[in-house]
Amino acid sequence: MDNVVYLIMRRMRTPLLVLIGTYAVAMAGMVVIPAQDAAGHPVPTSFFHAFYFVSYMSTTIGFGELPNAFTDAQRIWVSFSVFATVAVWLYAIGTLITLLQDTTFQRAILESRFRRRVRRLREPFYLVCGYGQTGTALVRSLTDRHQRAVAIDIDPQRVNLLKLDNLREYVPSLCADARQPSSLEDAGLRHPLCKGVVALTNVNETNLKIAIAAKLLHPEITVICRADSHEVEANMASFGTDHIYDPFDTFALDMAIAIQSPCLALLSKWLAGYEDQSLDAPIFPPAEGRWVLCGFGRFGKAMYRHLREQGLDLTVIEALPHKTGIPKEGVVHGRGTEAVTLEQAGIGDAVGLVAGTDSDADNLSIIMTALALNRTLFVVARQNHRYNKLLFERVGAQVVMMPSNIIADRIRVRLGTPLLGDLMALARDREDEWACELVSRVVALVDEYAPHVWEIRIDEIEAPALCALDRRGISVSVEQLTRDPRDRDRVLPLIVLLRMDDEERELLPAPDVRVRSGDRLLLCGRADASRTLTWTLRNLNVLDYVLTGNAAPGGLVWRWLARRRARGV
Amino acid sequence: MNPEKVVFGFFIVLALTLNFGFFVGEIDNPEHHHVWELFVVVLVNLVATVLKFGDRTHMGALLLATSLVAMLQLIGAALIWTIAVHATEAGMTPAVMASIVSLSGGAMIANVVSVVLLVIETFTLRR
Repeated sequence: MDNVVYLIMRRMRTPLLVLIGTYAVAMAGMVVIPAQDAAGHPVPTSFFHAFYFVSYMSTTIGFGELPNAFTDAQRIWVSFSVFATVAVWLYAIGTLITLLQDTTFQRAILESRFRRRVRRLREPFYLVCGYGQTGTALVRSLTDRHQRAVAIDIDPQRVNLLKLDNLREYVPSLCADARQPSSLEDAGLRHPLCKGVVALTNVNETNLKIAIAAKLLHPEITVICRADSHEVEANMASFGTDHIYDPFDTFALDMAIAIQSPCLALLSKWLAGYEDQSLDAPIFPPAEGRWVLCGFGRFGKAMYRHLREQGLDLTVIEALPHKTGIPKEGVVHGRGTEAVTLEQAGIGDAVGLVAGTDSDADNLSIIMTALALNRTLFVVARQNHRYNKLLFERVGAQVVMMPSNIIADRIRVRLGTPLLGDLMALARDREDEWACELVSRVVALVDEYAPHVWEIRIDEIEAPALCALDRRGISVSVEQLTRDPRDRDRVLPLIVLLRMDDEERELLPAPDVRVRSGDRLLLCGRADASRTLTWTLRNLNVLDYVLTGNAAPGGLVWRWLARRRARGV
Repeated sequence: MNPEKVVFGFFIVLALTLNFGFFVGEIDNPEHHHVWELFVVVLVNLVATVLKFGDRTHMGALLLATSLVAMLQLIGAALIWTIAVHATEAGMTPAVMASIVSLSGGAMIANVVSVVLLVIETFTLRR
């Protein structure tokens, strides 16, 4: 259905509820108050009569007193009810009218309500500035993990859309200009529970201003920014912005990794993926040969740098080389959408093509023309707008790069499972065979859907049972933890990917490595394995069974019985 | 925690429990089924229905549908009651009471479905 219908229905909810409530009270009063007939005999008023009277009371006042003339007690009640029901009707109709009118007043109410809601937040939350494609994806994945968020955006339509999105958690949102520090303050920048600010607007300067405001007004919090240009990036970094994501650079680096070690690229894609998505197939970009690069803008330059580092030959096609700069081996002048330009760039004997201009139509046209000239090309396409998804799926590109999704994924992983970043950094030093082996272990574990990836901090909150044993000096190994608490001969479908404590980071810890309190673990596997493991970590009896095989009785009575039996009574 | 879900959960469970309260008793004995209870059941169900207005999700639409079904049956029951008492010579007979109570029983099933849907939604929340 149309969004407008939903908005009207939503807005009419309160008036309708008030209307129902008032009518109910008025009717109930009519039924309760004793009535009498013309002869003075008491007559009960039925709900039917009460409903009949209240229905015409508010709309046609002065119709008469039915079915009998009222007593004075009834008249007192009716005089109050008349005003109440008329007022409620006016309110209901008035609400509909204001919906169609100017909303300046409502804006003021909205702002104060938003401030109040943000003030009342009692859980840690993230402040997301910009609810565009990236912001939407990020807020959704945060709330799916039961983390709280507050969103502001300059476009009222997007804020309305957020209210209609069915999110797992309530997300306070306001249409405001994030460049004004006051709006950031309203959105909870100085709130003691604000854990971080994520600046995701599509304007670099706005993101920069948000970062500055965040660092000045609340220096301790994490600031995560999107930046599309290196100057802005350097500027942000200079005053301590915690994480800066450049979609083009990130993607180009991913491509470089995919060329260098396809398994590692696949592994990182799986571990960072959404759980209900099916596993992606591996891609094998050609590791040697010549690539043709169309468009030498921000994306083109990032790809150029990373592909060059891989030792690939490159030919660049650019329509406006005097504006974008010229790489040292020169440039083919043109857009790449015509066969002539592509042939001039030697598309016939190239192995790869990057369609990286900022126009989706051009990119699609480049790919179609190039594939007509050389069917064997490995094609990387840049998609700028979400609504073109269908076209890019059809065009025959092996990799489609969409800036907003890349950033949302990165930030989601950074906030949800920060250890994954450490894992990838360590894995980059390993050989690709190592990653291939891990990939095959993961596949064996989860079949066709992306694995569940989660972190455990061994502390009193997340693993009280293990901490209790640790205090008693009993050590627990990785292998013991992964046993199934229902049957300790079986092993849970999970892999411990990383163990980390204050001193060291250990990739794929060996089965006999001890897990102590203070450790942090990164695991992947099936979602049910994560729940089972939580059980082991929290319940001392379960942990005891996993370690020793004794099923100790848990209840008071049973423990008492067990002690009696042990004493040999 | 989403306050909207709390309020709706409260009203739908209240509707179910009140409905059950009206429903229990001998099916055709007017002594066992009080008119006030029917009134409050209709009221709470109306509130629960209006609360689901404008919910775009699949689950929201299903809950609105079950609430509408319950409303339909309860208004039918109220209508029969009114017509029997005020518009017929015979007044409230055991047969009429039986049909009123069975209609409210139908509404109760719709309310049970609502509550089950609510529970399913709660359980499918991803951790």
